[in-house]
Amino acid sequence: MEAESGSSSPGRKRRLLRLYYSAAPEPQQEEQPDPCDINGAQFDPELYLNKLRKECSLNELMDQESCMVRQIRSLDSDMQTLVYENYNKFISATDTIRKMKNDFKKMEDEMDCLSTNMAAITEFSARISGTLQDQHAQITKLSGVHTLLRKLQFLFELPARLNKCLELQAYAQAVSSHCRARCVLQQYSHMPSFRGIQDDCHAIMERLAQQLRQKFRDGGTSAKELSECVELLLQLDEPAEELCDKFLSHAQTRLEADLQGLEAELRDSAPIDVSTQKLSSAANPMSPSESSTSSHFLSPAAQTDILEFIDRGCNEFVSNLCLVIASYQELFVNRPQEGELASKNIPQMANSKLLVFVDTLAARYFSLVERRIQEEKGVGDNSLLVRALDRFHRRLQAVSKLLPGSAVPSQGTEIVIQAARERIKQYLSALQSFYLDSLTDVRQALAAPRLSVGGTSSAGGGALAGSGPPGKEAPPSLPDLLTSLSNSILNQIKSVLASVHLFTAKDITFSSKPYFKGEFCSQGVREGLVVSFIKFICQSSRQFCESAGDRGGSTPPVLLLLLSRLCLDFETSTISYILTLTDEQFLVQHHSPVTAVTALCAEAREAAQKLLNHYVKVQGLIISQMLRKSVETRDWVNTIEPRNVRAVMKRVVEDTTSIDVQVGLLYEEGVRKAHSSDSSKRTFSVYSSSRQQIRYAPSYTPSAPMDTNLLSNIHKLFSERIDIFSPVEFNKVSVLTGIIKISLKTFLECVRLRTFGRYGLQQIQVDCHYLQMYLWRFVSDENLVHFLLDEIVGSAAHRCLDPSPMEQSVIEVICERG
Amino acid sequence: MEDDAPVIYGLEFQARALTAQTAETDAIRFLVGTQSLKFENQIHIIDFDDENNIINKNVLLHHAGEIWHISASPADKGVLTTCYNKTSESRVLTCAAVWRMPPEWESGSHESPDDSSNSPQTLELLCHLDNTAHGNTACVLWEPMGDGKRVISLADSHVVLWDLQESSTKATISSSATLEGKGQLKFTSGKWSPHHNCTQLATANDMAIRGWDLRSMSQIYCIENAHGQLVRDLDFNPNKQYYLASCGDDCKVKFWDVRHINEPVKTLEEHSHWVWSVRYNHSHDQLLLTASSDSRVILSNMVSISSEPFGHLVDDDDLSDSEETHHEEKSKEPLQDSIIATYEEHEDSVYAVEWSSADPWLFASLSYDGRLVINRVPRALKYRILL
Repeated sequence: MEAESGSSSPGRKRRLLRLYYSAAPEPQQEEQPDPCDINGAQFDPELYLNKLRKECSLNELMDQESCMVRQIRSLDSDMQTLVYENYNKFISATDTIRKMKNDFKKMEDEMDCLSTNMAAITEFSARISGTLQDQHAQITKLSGVHTLLRKLQFLFELPARLNKCLELQAYAQAVSSHCRARCVLQQYSHMPSFRGIQDDCHAIMERLAQQLRQKFRDGGTSAKELSECVELLLQLDEPAEELCDKFLSHAQTRLEADLQGLEAELRDSAPIDVSTQKLSSAANPMSPSESSTSSHFLSPAAQTDILEFIDRGCNEFVSNLCLVIASYQELFVNRPQEGELASKNIPQMANSKLLVFVDTLAARYFSLVERRIQEEKGVGDNSLLVRALDRFHRRLQAVSKLLPGSAVPSQGTEIVIQAARERIKQYLSALQSFYLDSLTDVRQALAAPRLSVGGTSSAGGGALAGSGPPGKEAPPSLPDLLTSLSNSILNQIKSVLASVHLFTAKDITFSSKPYFKGEFCSQGVREGLVVSFIKFICQSSRQFCESAGDRGGSTPPVLLLLLSRLCLDFETSTISYILTLTDEQFLVQHHSPVTAVTALCAEAREAAQKLLNHYVKVQGLIISQMLRKSVETRDWVNTIEPRNVRAVMKRVVEDTTSIDVQVGLLYEEGVRKAHSSDSSKRTFSVYSSSRQQIRYAPSYTPSAPMDTNLLSNIHKLFSERIDIFSPVEFNKVSVLTGIIKISLKTFLECVRLRTFGRYGLQQIQVDCHYLQMYLWRFVSDENLVHFLLDEIVGSAAHRCLDPSPMEQSVIEVICERG
Repeated sequence: MEDDAPVIYGLEFQARALTAQTAETDAIRFLVGTQSLKFENQIHIIDFDDENNIINKNVLLHHAGEIWHISASPADKGVLTTCYNKTSESRVLTCAAVWRMPPEWESGSHESPDDSSNSPQTLELLCHLDNTAHGNTACVLWEPMGDGKRVISLADSHVVLWDLQESSTKATISSSATLEGKGQLKFTSGKWSPHHNCTQLATANDMAIRGWDLRSMSQIYCIENAHGQLVRDLDFNPNKQYYLASCGDDCKVKFWDVRHINEPVKTLEEHSHWVWSVRYNHSHDQLLLTASSDSRVILSNMVSISSEPFGHLVDDDDLSDSEETHHEEKSKEPLQDSIIATYEEHEDSVYAVEWSSADPWLFASLSYDGRLVINRVPRALKYRILL
């Protein structure tokens, strides 16, 4: 060890430390300990020396030796230093130990002293407690007796105290006193004295309960007092169910009074004609306020409006109901559950009772409100109703907040919805009656100029055209009537839409309900109101065609014409305008299928067509009646030579002219085929027969030679059939063509039923020429007139006993003169 | 199909009067009376050969005047009545007479059916149904299914019931009734009801339809304003005793239950001009013909108010075995009221239409220009009704 060099000491220390901590040794050194390592643990001096001797030269050995010596020396000095240092430390430690030894000795003495003192104290204390033992027991006993006595005193005084409380009406105190004593009395009730007290108490409490009940029963007590009563009674073990019932029945009497007030108001208004009174009461805001106080003695005129009524209902009944619900819930439902009360499940029971109670009362209230709403028939001011309904609905929300499970709010909403539905129906009927009224007005307006036409001049169209006879106020012309009618209808629809729109205003509580967002807009307003009204117009127009029958007397033909134009205007513009307006105003979302604009337009067009057809039919009938009478009543065999055109023909032309003017006011001209310049100068081929060649007949048996004459050639041109009562187009020419067709066909059929003499035929020739001169200008295709007139003259010639026709020139002279 | 093609026959004169030869139940035969003021009027006897689709005609002369109405005796094939215009001294009077066809007309015509130069034979006058006091005769009605001894003539405002005696050579008035009312009332047409033992008559004047009891000759009902305008014709449902159909100038055909005269049972409005004639099919009363001055003939199927609403009733014999299948058919295809066909072969007003008395599926229509068209009920419908 001594031979170790100082420079290698750090490595060695480390190794030692490693050994000490039994850390993992470096494996190669551990495995092959070098016996020649002077610092190693396996160092073998013998081996080392041998090795040195064998390996090293002398010089090297010498060096080795001196090095060794130097190292040994330095190790020695190190050793000495260490020893010295350790010695000093040892000395100081020895000193400290010695000093401690002295201190402990002193402490030991003091401890001894302490233990002796403690022993003395223990002894004293034992002595003292021994002496005090008896007195302590006595004191405890005494204090026990004292409390007992206090309790007993309380018990004995209880009846008196309760009585006093009763006198002072300090019921709460009495009840709390009694509650405290109750158990004790119960427990010791086998002892006679306590029993007496208990009986007394019972009696008193009975009285108290009686009083409380009395108070409860009295109507006059305030809600707060009432709730106090209930609380006390509950504490007195009064059965909660009974209390609930009583409370509710008490509340019911008061609410019923409210309801009766409302009902009385309803009864007052019932015998009065509501719709008329409504306006007067609305116009007179003073009266309703009085009527609530003394409604029985008021004149019927002072009947309340619906807003008043609902207000009263809300303020009296609904707010009272809310109050009752709130206090009831306070008392029975929401009270903290304590003691035995908790077990009885009062809240559930109470709540169900409350629900039943509220529902029955609300049902009565609703029925009253419904009755009142039903009386609301006047459609003048919708805002009042909407406001009333809004208030009604809003106030019910309070109930729903108080009583989440109740069906009341939904029923209320139902009523509102019902009212809205009713309202729409009323508006519809109002619109309908408005329409009918305006039709009556139009009828009257039409009747006036018709009279003046008949009276003034033969040129009837002149008056209708608007010039009017001087001196009189000019009657409204047809276009004016039409525009005023359609405008008033449109305005009425708009105003109704505006009124109905109030239902969906943003500030109205129920407008956010799904019904008012969806169904009300689409099914109610759009379908139920607008579409129904348009359909009604079409429907009633169609009825004019049917109910008027074929006599044509009941409906003036001009009205038919006017209505037809109205329906046509509806088809072209008004319907889509109205529906767009509705859709915009009501933001209709079409959940359910709605009537399409095109369908309505088609219906309107159909109505227009029907009306116009009917107009043509009626006018044609009027003219053909004239013609028919003129043909049927004359003796055509024995008539004189014609000198004039018959008056009836002139009348026919006049009437046709006035119809032409009339139709021209409302309908466009229409297309007509270009006519030849000499239309009025045609001649009739009298000897023509209406027989034609029969072509393509599979088994035709000719019975006579065919005369192919002029007419059959003309007939070929018109191979297509003439439909007499056929639908007309919406223009003047088509209408006039229809009327003339009907008239001339009648003429033809009538002529065929008669037998003519020579002059009869000539008269027909003259008449037909006259018609020819004037009628061609009205029709779309003058050839039609030619053809029909040819047929007439031809038929007359056929039916003539002595067919010698008049000279064409003579006919022309006669016609131009007439 | 060849079967459905119409057969057309042309007369050289204008004509309004058409009737089936009622007493003839084997051959399909129609009688047409012409109207001509200048030439001799004729009665064309049209025989239709159903198998060969050929028309055979025979012409009999009617010297008396132009024929406005013709009707054949239900009992005697050879007897017929006409209403004709008699013109004398610039007066026109419509008279009626009973005629007998010459017995040999059939043999005589067979030689040359197309040869009109062959001198036609003349009708043999049996008797006049005349009474100048009664005025113009509108029509003559034979007692339906009777023995050909009783006829009714409607003259102006009179209903006259005649008894024909001594094989129709003598006519005596057995009773008569007069229509009372203001104005000049004139019957336009009438029909003798085949029901109630032939004791009822229905007449039309102006817009009203009236029913008469022939025993008392008194009015039993009156449908005022039956049509909006003149009533042109009427016909009794052959199977339902209270039902009748009427037509008129308002282009409508109306069906009436005479027990409830306030409202028509049904109204058809298919024509575009006056309807001049309406005829129930004699066997299948759902089939109805109407003729109109719009030159059309319309065949309608009025199932809903017919006596056999679900098609032809099965005979009692095969009812038992075919009942089930029949029921199935019923439920399968209940026929709707509908127009079966519109016949447009005419080019002038059609004033008369008649069912054949021999073949219930065949009918003739006559237009003013003298064109007679023979048509058949469409075969599909025929089988549907029969099966």
